Amino acid sequence: MAFEGIGASVRRTEDQRFLSGRGNYTDDINRHGQLYAIIRRSDRPHARIVSIDTKAAAEMPGVVAVYTGTDLQADSVGGLPCGWLIKNKDGTPMAEPPHPVLAVGKVRHVGDPVAVVIAETRQQAKDAAEKLAIEWQDLPSISSTQDAIAPGAALVHDDVAGNVCYDWHLGDKEAVDAAFAKAARVVRLDLTNSRLIPNAMEPRAAIGDFDRATGEHTLFTTSQNPHVIRLLMGAFVLHIPESRLRVVAPDVGGGFGSKIYHYAEEAIVTWAAGKLARPVKWTAERTESFISDAHGRDHVTTAEMALDKDGNYLALRVQTLANMGAYLSTFATSIPTYLYATLLAGVYKTPAIYAEVKAVFTNTVPVDAYRGAGRPEAAYLLERLTDVIAHDTGLDRVALRRQNLIPANAFPYQTPVALQYDSGNYQATLEAALTAADWNGFPARRTAAAAKGKLRGIGISTYIEACGIAPSAVAGALGARAGLYEAANIRVHPTGSVSVFTGSHSHGQGHETTFAQLVADQLGIPFNQVEIVHGDTEKIPFGMGTYGSRSLAVGGSAMVKAMDKIIAKGKRIAAHLMEASVADIEFKNGSFSVAGTDKSKSFGEIALTAYVPHNYPIDELEPGLEENAFYDPKNFTFPAGCMVAEVEIDRDTGVPSVVSFVAVDDVGRLINPMIVEGQVHGGVAQGIGQALLESAAYDVSGQIVTGSFMDYTMPRSDDLPSFKTGNEVTLCTHNPLGVKGCGELGTIGSPPAIVNAVIDALSEYDVRHIDMPLSPQKIWSIIAAGPKRRAAE
Amino acid sequence: MYDFTYQKPASVADAVKLLGADPEAKALAGGMTLIPVLKQRLNKPSALVDLAGAGLAGISVAGGTVRIGAMTTHATVANSADVKKAIPALAKLAGGIGDKEVRHRGTIGGSLANDDPTADYPAAVLALGATVETNKRTINADDFFQGMFTTALESGELITAISFPVPEKAAYMKFPNPASRYALVGVFVAKGPAGVRVTVTGAGQNGVFRHRAMEAALQKSFSQAAIADIATPADGLNSDIHAGAEYRAHLVGVMARRAVAAAG
Repeated sequence: MAFEGIGASVRRTEDQRFLSGRGNYTDDINRHGQLYAIIRRSDRPHARIVSIDTKAAAEMPGVVAVYTGTDLQADSVGGLPCGWLIKNKDGTPMAEPPHPVLAVGKVRHVGDPVAVVIAETRQQAKDAAEKLAIEWQDLPSISSTQDAIAPGAALVHDDVAGNVCYDWHLGDKEAVDAAFAKAARVVRLDLTNSRLIPNAMEPRAAIGDFDRATGEHTLFTTSQNPHVIRLLMGAFVLHIPESRLRVVAPDVGGGFGSKIYHYAEEAIVTWAAGKLARPVKWTAERTESFISDAHGRDHVTTAEMALDKDGNYLALRVQTLANMGAYLSTFATSIPTYLYATLLAGVYKTPAIYAEVKAVFTNTVPVDAYRGAGRPEAAYLLERLTDVIAHDTGLDRVALRRQNLIPANAFPYQTPVALQYDSGNYQATLEAALTAADWNGFPARRTAAAAKGKLRGIGISTYIEACGIAPSAVAGALGARAGLYEAANIRVHPTGSVSVFTGSHSHGQGHETTFAQLVADQLGIPFNQVEIVHGDTEKIPFGMGTYGSRSLAVGGSAMVKAMDKIIAKGKRIAAHLMEASVADIEFKNGSFSVAGTDKSKSFGEIALTAYVPHNYPIDELEPGLEENAFYDPKNFTFPAGCMVAEVEIDRDTGVPSVVSFVAVDDVGRLINPMIVEGQVHGGVAQGIGQALLESAAYDVSGQIVTGSFMDYTMPRSDDLPSFKTGNEVTLCTHNPLGVKGCGELGTIGSPPAIVNAVIDALSEYDVRHIDMPLSPQKIWSIIAAGPKRRAAE
Repeated sequence: MYDFTYQKPASVADAVKLLGADPEAKALAGGMTLIPVLKQRLNKPSALVDLAGAGLAGISVAGGTVRIGAMTTHATVANSADVKKAIPALAKLAGGIGDKEVRHRGTIGGSLANDDPTADYPAAVLALGATVETNKRTINADDFFQGMFTTALESGELITAISFPVPEKAAYMKFPNPASRYALVGVFVAKGPAGVRVTVTGAGQNGVFRHRAMEAALQKSFSQAAIADIATPADGLNSDIHAGAEYRAHLVGVMARRAVAAAG
């Protein structure tokens, strides 16, 4: 049998069912007597609800119920909670306006849910939803981030002055001001980080079910973290104790962050199922996803770097305006603060940093974490700024990076923005990427491209990310309203096979393979003897779920802790069987042996003994072999790396093509290199999407312009080159596996590499910066304006 | 989608009868535009009269004419050895419509009757001086297109086939919308029985149009150089988040030159 333990590129076991149409997604589930919910949404960006007449809708065939926000309010249904409290500069709490499940009084964005119609069939519910008579009074709306803080701007929430959710800062302002005062040079860059629409392959869906016999509620939902949904919905919205509320997130077809949050539809179907004592199903259509799934990013930023005369970074000053949308989504407030400003050191030894972040409300879909979440914004800013510094000073881009990188011998490294990096070697990933990309051979490739009439450019980014937010106590002190540990239960069955119950959730990441490899390796049992169970609050002890590239570093570590307990108990059983001292028992390769002898017992024999305890130390040890563990990390993990992109631009049309892409990453120890490579591919594809293609647009009236795939450009395979990936390994020093995480690095490192490459390709034109997406039209307009005039010539 | 009845008549006459009897009925000729519209509940026909069984599919070449039945799919046109030999530009155009699924459902007659201003086929029909055959008459390409989503078809009139005179040379170049992959700008150039023609789709506010200035220049000299300096006015061109009118006007020139080069 081929090696299937840690480090083996085992094929993903779950793909068999996914690729053959045998997955079990939420919409595949149907319950006896099921009803269908259709949500009537606002088609206006901002309006007062004068009246809603539900009579005609309620009288339509098949309609069982019609509910509005007032009905939910009357039943004491709470609003959707925000999971992270941010404090203003002056210590006061952020503005936290109500986020009703169904709008009450006012709608605040196109897509805001107003009413739900529940009928025997989806078609009947749709027909009836059209009969709802809503009288609106339109209000002036805010569709862009900057407009939110303009003098006299309309208010999204009447009691949130100036539309400001919070005005927050991080770092040492005085030290930064002092460094700027003595700087030889200051380089400034204004940029935006575009707004993105996640578009997981599977649209969101939810089914509420209610057992009249037991009074138990069940919610099937497309979630990345069913326990978090149970906690938020049970405690804050529907007031159902955990013991009466089961949340199941079965196979989930992609999340990218957009399925972390507690959404209105989950509460609506759970509540309505209880009211009607019948199951209620809701499934989003794609057009609905565009206006109801949380969007991502949307920053407007000014950054300034103070430099000494040799190009050493002295201090960084950043001001960011972050768009929250119309309401606070579950973790929205933490993204432009603790997942963004804390990363502004990047891989550089900048001694002083000061960041100010103002979060604002607008009449747009709520914005929250999207693959990378805050860290792409930080990396994009730093890597664009570094290239602009090179542009303005004439310094070489690579040399500038080399001289400012945190040295490999400086770990653990305390940044000026709260984080302490435990390990890394940024020189190693940089040099490996330059070699793999043949950086030095680029001039010849540029010349060859020019002969074909193409403009060729090369771009680099050296990025870092922070994964597995931790520890809980620190996050709590910073305003997190949740713990950030993970739980695992390891159940060894009598014949030695193993079920692993994990609080991590797989929605495409391949956990059923990676975790099985980890457990098989550590327990010395065959890979196919390990079952990974996730996604059901009734089966799993607890779980914080999957986001922030945390599953292996946090969830995997919890498994290791549980396995340590299993092995410790196994040693006691083995010691008894072999009449040896526990201290003399060694466990290796699935075998318990007495040190210095040839006596041994297999893992299977010990498991069987635990469940058939005839010869067993029953007075001091319970039978059975099953252990729980909760793991709360001591720190974040810090994957880092270097990406190099090459692009060619068609001079006639401005079309950029990515012709080469290299990513060399340090994700710590690799459990399954093939899965890591797949994660890098997917992330880079999304990053290229942001850099070149994707961008959500609202018009001035507040209507979404990119409301379907007709206008919102997702990256496709023919937009992408073959990727070249590589790894350098430094181990995480504070988790048992030395792993760091790999889920998001592609979206973090790739956008600046691409943008830097395009701008390099345009070096004969006077261009310093272009905001994403770098569309053919934007590039053509630069080319059409003509080459820069060289004053000396 | 609202409820509708579905009918699949076995002849054009039966189809016309069904459509004539019910003003709320709509013909289904592949449905690659109609079905998405129905899914969004933007149209509410009482019945769909599917033309797939009416015997309108097929390609024949005779006497310097390629005749394509209205219900012939884009994939069939793209893969037809006869079309590839007689009018390779037409086969290439068909092979570049939408995606594989669309090409196996969508039909030439459906595309022309819909007359989407960003569709590909109208550029070929107009540039090649094709004739649109209906159950009532034949219509010259020049008379057929009457603005976006508007054609010369009357009520009760169905396209049955399109006849393309084989040109001396022709080529089509498309700059696709990056999201939808419809034509942001598509230019078809042809030299043939209808003279030299340059048609533009995707760009014009009123749908497909002939680029007379380029036609005149190419008539004198069929070369890239002949049209290198002909600027296309941006007035009357579409503008959206992907391309403003100026950029579209520029792309018309680029695509036209590339099409001339490809036509040889």
